[in-house]
Amino acid sequence: MGAVTIAAQDSITMLGREIKHSLRLVRLLIVSAILVPVVMLLLFDYILGGTIGHGLGDAARGAPYVDFLVPGILMMAIAGGCGPTAINVTVDMTGGFIDRIRAMAVTRGALLAGHVGGSVLRTLVATAAVTGVALLVGFRPKATVADWFAVVGIVAAFSFALAWLSAAIGLVTKTVAGANGSTLPLSFLLPFLSSTFVPAGSMPAGVRWFAANQPFTAVVDSLRALLTGAPIGNTAYLALAWCAAIALVSYLWAQATFRRGAR
Amino acid sequence: MNASTNHRTGTAVSVTGLRKAYSKKVVLDGVDLTIGEGEVFALLGPNGAGKTTIVRILSTLIPADAGTATVMGYDLRGEAGAVRGVIGVTGQFSAVDNLLTGEENLALMGRLLHLRATDRRARTTELLERFDLVDAARQTPATYSGGMTRRLDIAMTLMGRPRLIFLDEPTTGLDPLSRQTMWRIIRELVREGVTILLTTQYLEEADHLAGRIAMLDHGRIVAQGTPDELKRRIPGAHIRLRFADAAALAAAGRALPEGTRDDEELVLRVRNEGGIRSLRDVLARLGDDVAVEDLSIHTPDLDDVFFAVTGKASKEKN
Repeated sequence: MGAVTIAAQDSITMLGREIKHSLRLVRLLIVSAILVPVVMLLLFDYILGGTIGHGLGDAARGAPYVDFLVPGILMMAIAGGCGPTAINVTVDMTGGFIDRIRAMAVTRGALLAGHVGGSVLRTLVATAAVTGVALLVGFRPKATVADWFAVVGIVAAFSFALAWLSAAIGLVTKTVAGANGSTLPLSFLLPFLSSTFVPAGSMPAGVRWFAANQPFTAVVDSLRALLTGAPIGNTAYLALAWCAAIALVSYLWAQATFRRGAR
Repeated sequence: MNASTNHRTGTAVSVTGLRKAYSKKVVLDGVDLTIGEGEVFALLGPNGAGKTTIVRILSTLIPADAGTATVMGYDLRGEAGAVRGVIGVTGQFSAVDNLLTGEENLALMGRLLHLRATDRRARTTELLERFDLVDAARQTPATYSGGMTRRLDIAMTLMGRPRLIFLDEPTTGLDPLSRQTMWRIIRELVREGVTILLTTQYLEEADHLAGRIAMLDHGRIVAQGTPDELKRRIPGAHIRLRFADAAALAAAGRALPEGTRDDEELVLRVRNEGGIRSLRDVLARLGDDVAVEDLSIHTPDLDDVFFAVTGKASKEKN
């Protein structure tokens, strides 16, 4: 067998392990990955949506707030995967299991590849479920079939980038609580400081520039354009460029940290 | 990969001048070791002596600061991948996947070892039976006892039929029955020709299992040899004679002037260097007239050795 075949085989083995883990913890994942975004969807749509919707003005393009909101909720579902991914990596790195793997002739990157692949799969399931609920509560997308493929692609790409970032965070944190806390800015703060719930242009001057130019906004804007049929401009390319940059930097960080793990 | 013999050298592990320090704290201070194939070698020492560090270095988990080492003929630094292919490691902390069942844990090892599906299934079944885990095969380790988890751990290590196995404190924290089981497992492995490097803080365990022992203290090997060689290295082997009264003790003292008298306990201790022959000699010199109430032979155990070579008692003799 060639080195590439072995690397692929080891990564698939580790992905299989991660999928089994996710299925064992499926009830926990339903709550954290699906129920939380769904509750936010309902809260923002039914409770806050009236006022926010009125304030949106042109940004709503004459559609109800739920159409503006759902791409943002998809972003929350993607970002919500950061915590579990970082925690899973930390748990693996702090137990005796990682020493067993390191002392075996197993492809070095396979374990992290399994975590990242598992994370992307979980996010795809979660975003599909959230989209289903959104359709039930009145979300009316105007996306073509090609647009839907693009949406899935961007969701997968951003989830892939955040999964590598979360894996790197999971490698540097020493405890589960640390892993969870360190990913909160990703899963909570950055989505709010982007166009997830309201357009960046409506924010106070101090954060407006940051919100308008940070990666979460590029991703949400591209999803929103694809789903609502708004002009997409270059946001999709911008989003994919951010995904590539975050994934590359995080991958290098994670690999370097993983190797340094042996002291 | 497994029992092939292309690199057979007769020497399983050869270590020269191994050093390791964490910032200023020296953990290994020039360790030399040679372990032959098929041997059980014990690293014995208190916590912090450097036992685990040696295992972690030899199993490619951490690099040494200085020194050279070969494992099954492969250079540890240059051929780490080849080393990993022939060793098995069971560390101090449980290395099982707690979310997978016992069976799935073994299958995972089989996949990572690139075994064919039929081999993987056969080996999994074989190991589950051998380690008495058939009933627990479809449960996760959360439901296992400490002994069962340790057995699964060892079974996972054996999945790839390693030729050299590192066992880092294999019985620490186990109840006496599980400890006996673990000892039986280790002896079975030895019969199959596997080389074993085990660490332990229990002198009794090293004495019981190991062909050779290295005593480690503060990162240095302070004594090395077979258990008997180590025991012979220190004075203390003696014949203890107890008498019914002071007159008998006095008579014995005259017959064996080299002995040490304890008048209060009515005991005479005589050094015993030559085993049975010196025992016969002592009895002959004592003659028929002196009535011996009780006779016992005291052999020093490894505790005495450890005390003699380090000047302090080893801890936690069980």
